[in-house]
Amino acid sequence: MDFSLPTEPMNHKRKNPDPSPDSDESTTQLSSPFPDEVLERVLSLLNSRKDRNSVSLVCKDWYDAERWSRTHVFIGNCYSVSPEILTRRFPNIRSVTLKGKPRFSDFDLVPPKWGAYVHSWLLVFATKYHFLEELRLKRMTVSDESLKLLAFSFPNFKALSLLSCDGFSTDGLASITTHCKNLTELDIQENDIDDKSGKWLSCFPENFMSLEVLNFANLNSDVNFEALERLVSRCKSLIVLKVNENMTLEQLHRLLVLAPHLRELGTGSLLQELTPRQHSELKSAFNNCKNLNMLSGFYEVTSIFLPVLYPACTSLTFLNLSYAALRSDGLSNLLVHCPLLQRLWVLDSVEDEGLEAVGSNCPLLEELRVFPASDPFEDEILHGVTEAGFLAVSYGCKKLHYVLYFCRQMTNAAVATIVQNCPDFTHFRLCIMNPRQPDYQTNEPMDEAFGAVVKTCTKLRRLAVSGLLTDLTFEYIGKYANNLETLSVAFAGSSDRGMECVLKGCPKLRKLEIRDCPFGNAALLSSFRKYESMRSLWMSGCKVTMDGCRLLAQEMPRLNVEVIRECGNDGFQADKLYVYRSVAGPRKDAPSFVLTL
Amino acid sequence: MERSVSYGGNDLNLEATELRLGLPGSDEHEKQSSPSARTSNKRASPEVAEESSSLSNSNVSDARNSDRDSAPPAKAQVVGWPPIRSYRRNSFQQKKTEADGAGMYVKVSMDGAPYLRKVDLKVYKSYPELLKALENMFKLTIGEYSEREGYNGSEFAPTYEDKDGDWMLVGDVPWDMFISTCKRLRIMKGSEARGLGSL
Repeated sequence: MDFSLPTEPMNHKRKNPDPSPDSDESTTQLSSPFPDEVLERVLSLLNSRKDRNSVSLVCKDWYDAERWSRTHVFIGNCYSVSPEILTRRFPNIRSVTLKGKPRFSDFDLVPPKWGAYVHSWLLVFATKYHFLEELRLKRMTVSDESLKLLAFSFPNFKALSLLSCDGFSTDGLASITTHCKNLTELDIQENDIDDKSGKWLSCFPENFMSLEVLNFANLNSDVNFEALERLVSRCKSLIVLKVNENMTLEQLHRLLVLAPHLRELGTGSLLQELTPRQHSELKSAFNNCKNLNMLSGFYEVTSIFLPVLYPACTSLTFLNLSYAALRSDGLSNLLVHCPLLQRLWVLDSVEDEGLEAVGSNCPLLEELRVFPASDPFEDEILHGVTEAGFLAVSYGCKKLHYVLYFCRQMTNAAVATIVQNCPDFTHFRLCIMNPRQPDYQTNEPMDEAFGAVVKTCTKLRRLAVSGLLTDLTFEYIGKYANNLETLSVAFAGSSDRGMECVLKGCPKLRKLEIRDCPFGNAALLSSFRKYESMRSLWMSGCKVTMDGCRLLAQEMPRLNVEVIRECGNDGFQADKLYVYRSVAGPRKDAPSFVLTL
Repeated sequence: MERSVSYGGNDLNLEATELRLGLPGSDEHEKQSSPSARTSNKRASPEVAEESSSLSNSNVSDARNSDRDSAPPAKAQVVGWPPIRSYRRNSFQQKKTEADGAGMYVKVSMDGAPYLRKVDLKVYKSYPELLKALENMFKLTIGEYSEREGYNGSEFAPTYEDKDGDWMLVGDVPWDMFISTCKRLRIMKGSEARGLGSL
């Protein structure tokens, strides 16, 4: 939960505004120097969550003014608070962001039907937040019924964003497109959808014109292209359009001609033969897109196609090539045309040579993500990127502060040099894909690498570690990572001491997720008060037992201590543990395999 | 390679007992083309998640090899590792059959031959190289390609199945495009082949 709740009962009454404009009179009234209206007006200009939380703690007047003026709320864990508590405190919400399942559910570690249902939230919102405009969900379970409820309950509804959600089908989307007359944003990303047909797109009424953001790259079914064309030509404010793989180049061309003012474009499949005339027409269409700052899609791209894009790349700040198995030459030829690039996502098919091109051509780069192009467990030949690629980027891109890097080998020395070159890392996520792999040159653990990261990068907020790691890594983390908020650990550590060091240090830790490490009850219980200052703790494949979890639950009644029980589990080990703070008490919708202790 | 759990969640390792034509061990690419799994985007089956506790602890030690020079051993699969979203993992399967990476083996059948062969398209840089290799493999003559007449002058015509499932004559599109769309090859013989050549 990302707003602070006071311990005393809340005052629900709104104070009447102070009617006296006379300054003499107001100086004698010590309790309320500002009329409530003025205070609220001032506070309504505050957008930062952290600022608003601080404001609400000053005094009761400020708490009230803040709660009446808040229009957007962010809930990092949907089980940390209930919709009733939320709507009681904040009556004027227009925009809600809700996150549900633990992050490791992205990697199949959480069984289906675990929870995070949005429906119970929507039922309450339907009565309390009639003017709701925006809903952004991540890792929630959304049903078609929920989407229908959404479409019918909020006449002003404008923006729907679904990321990594599941439980719905394209029928649910059709409810939204049919009934939400004021829709400006429909953003469907990386969800587990039952993709029945593309009819949802044709459900936008013919007089509907307000769309600004449309992202349906996630959906494979064909949509009616003529309907899409008409939609794009009507929606003059459209600035984001991300189509699915099935869209041909010819169709893409027609859309670009209609919407040259796009800022973000996601292409379809780029694998078609173009006649010279089509080629130049497409290039000219891209040339007319003067506002393009993000490109994505690139399904099935071949290097022959890329030159068509060059004219559009001059103002690009974000390039997402993570579905395109490009090689190093294709990438470097493209990057020459992208001098302003700040964010780049690629596959490791570009190899170290491709990353050298990144270092040479992208001096303004701030974020780099390198994903594996193929399943490392099935790949017979070793390809991908190594420490050399990362080093090359760090030499050329001094502004780099966000990295997600999947590689097959790494050395302590390389990481030490990298963070010397780029000491401003805020997010350092390194995944050496072979679990417990040591420094391949020295055969030593990778402790010194991550030691260098936490000692040098004082602004570090997020860290993911990998490779062969002893407790020393965690000693370093606990001692030096003073701004660390999220830590992800897998196949690492030698004993309970590792986890204990992290829990005793890291004053700003909010999320700790651990899998397959030798941490047991002693570690879990070493600093149990810490969990109340954190959003959540996940431990799976470790050595905690049911007894240890029960002890934790006893000591800390305001935490939800949940164990996910799998078949064949002996009832002694707690194989998957999820601990989080909550003001809503234990879950009422837990399935049979989730035990709340 | 022994595989008791796969990311797609649809294998119970029944292949070992399955009766089929074709040389043993020639089936790596069969599994990748499961279009129903792709288009419906359904979540992996519960078996995958349930096996995680036994797999993650017991098999990881097999994966610990740091010696680059030796051939990599059959790596044990660990559930949810490397940590990539299932949405992205699904696109792996496509990548294997189409683009750069660990070689591009496709099946080659010839009308009348008792078994199929496999060739790695990555090894060849152009059509003449590929055709020469096929001629050697099957001991036949395919002849020269001409845009107008196809492979006239021979009783064989090399064809390939593309992504859309259509059978195309080898040689019409640029080589790069061919290797990314070719799913399998078939050397047609006799009257069928001549039919193509006279199109």
